[in-house]
Amino acid sequence: MFKHQKNSVALQPLPISPEHRDYLKHVRRQKIMVGFTQVFILILAFGLWEICAACKFVDPFITSQPSRVFKTMLMLHQEGVLIEHIAVTCLETVIGFVLGTVLGTIAAIVLWWSEFISKVSEPYLVILNSLPKIALGPIFIVWIGAGPAAIIVMTLAISLIVTILEVLNGFLAIDKEKIKLVQTFGGTKLQVMAKVILPASLPTIINALKINVGLSWVGVIVGEFLVSKAGLGYLIVYGGQVFKLDLVMTSVLILGVAAALMYQGVVYLEKMLVKRQGQ
Amino acid sequence: MNNVVELNDIGMKYQSLNGEIPALEHISLKVRQGEFVSIVGPSGCGKSTLLSIVSGLLRPTSGSVFVESEKVMGPSKKIGYMLQKDHLFDWRTITQNVLLGLEIQKAVTPEAKEYAERLLVTYGLSEFGHKYPSQLSGGMRQRAALIRTLVTNPQILLLDEAFSALDYQTRLAVNDDIYAIIKKENKTAIMVTHDIAESISMADRVIVLTRRPGTVKSCHTIIFGLDKRTPLKSRKVPEFQTYFEQIWKELDVHV
Repeated sequence: MFKHQKNSVALQPLPISPEHRDYLKHVRRQKIMVGFTQVFILILAFGLWEICAACKFVDPFITSQPSRVFKTMLMLHQEGVLIEHIAVTCLETVIGFVLGTVLGTIAAIVLWWSEFISKVSEPYLVILNSLPKIALGPIFIVWIGAGPAAIIVMTLAISLIVTILEVLNGFLAIDKEKIKLVQTFGGTKLQVMAKVILPASLPTIINALKINVGLSWVGVIVGEFLVSKAGLGYLIVYGGQVFKLDLVMTSVLILGVAAALMYQGVVYLEKMLVKRQGQ
Repeated sequence: MNNVVELNDIGMKYQSLNGEIPALEHISLKVRQGEFVSIVGPSGCGKSTLLSIVSGLLRPTSGSVFVESEKVMGPSKKIGYMLQKDHLFDWRTITQNVLLGLEIQKAVTPEAKEYAERLLVTYGLSEFGHKYPSQLSGGMRQRAALIRTLVTNPQILLLDEAFSALDYQTRLAVNDDIYAIIKKENKTAIMVTHDIAESISMADRVIVLTRRPGTVKSCHTIIFGLDKRTPLKSRKVPEFQTYFEQIWKELDVHV
């Protein structure tokens, strides 16, 4: 009666043929070449930068140079402020993007739940989405005060609306038949939410998280440009004002590394969650 | 006597800004305990709407539905619904998928779990309980979906084009599987399909609907006189072709 079972068994490990070994070798070699070239470009760029500045082809006062960046980093560290500046910015970003994702998802749930609220809020969402949020900066400063709170609100302003729209679209894209399935068992709207919508939207929510990491950095740096007394954004603005390009370059480089690490963190989180789903 | 499902003069109209669309008109139907009824009709004739009405997901505009002499007011535990695709959730194992209905009905008891386990064993899925749907073949997925429906122990099964997502060969095999399961568990079944051959091969009675608005055009009692009837065997009996031609003519298909 159940003859057609055999086509479903997972692939068995086969003995490796010479062709397959060659193929694997080729893939591995390619991977090494890509990695090597990437490192090479990095070293080349920094090397050229260093040499050009050392030979005065460019003015290191304006362009800075890797050795000066390194010295600046050491100096900041000896003053005991380097970690503090990095920590302040990273903390603001993490709070901003976690809050943005959580609040955005909650708002999306509300909009999914009530078609009326969703329809009413549509034009407002469109306006808020197209408004350049940076314009709201001065308002936040006046209302909330010049401090980390204003910076986090700035971050939220930038990431929240995008999250709402992204997650809501994810909710609405879920197969209606899956919802019908839950309803045929007598499921309530809350059960539809808990059993289908949220678990099925996990990839969308993680995607929103990825977008939010980037947006939160924008929000935090803009916020720090406007108000702060600490953080990488503050160092960049301060460095620019007093014409210390070493400080600016150092901060930008640290920022790049921190942002990339945080993005990788989200990618790692995604892998963990997806692995748990066995996909 | 023993009518488990009774439709009395069902009418259904859909409302839209451009006007009213009558989907079904004057549909009356009685289904006996243990009977397998299939409904065929041209596409868009309201077949699926009819099933949604029987299940209580949709309220008819007029008329009433009775299941085991009780008026249908909403989804009921007496009815199990099988949709076109298996809709097993990717993020749940097969066992977790099979228990979905019980979870929703808040009826996950040790006995119910044991019953689910027994069904998985009986229908050849016991090794796959901890696997995810993506690791199963189409036929096995469809069987898992049927078990998910059976676990809540419904008396009546509604099959809404339940096999149309499968390729032809798998489909024939799954027809046999599901038919055997339904008969073994002694369930009453109403199946909607656009596949005339499938409907004849499985049903005790085939009901032909007209074009929209759907009304009952005719009703064929299918008798093959086979000893142990299976859908695949039925397809080989000479009368099969006779039934097929009759119903084909009534469907009046123009391309």
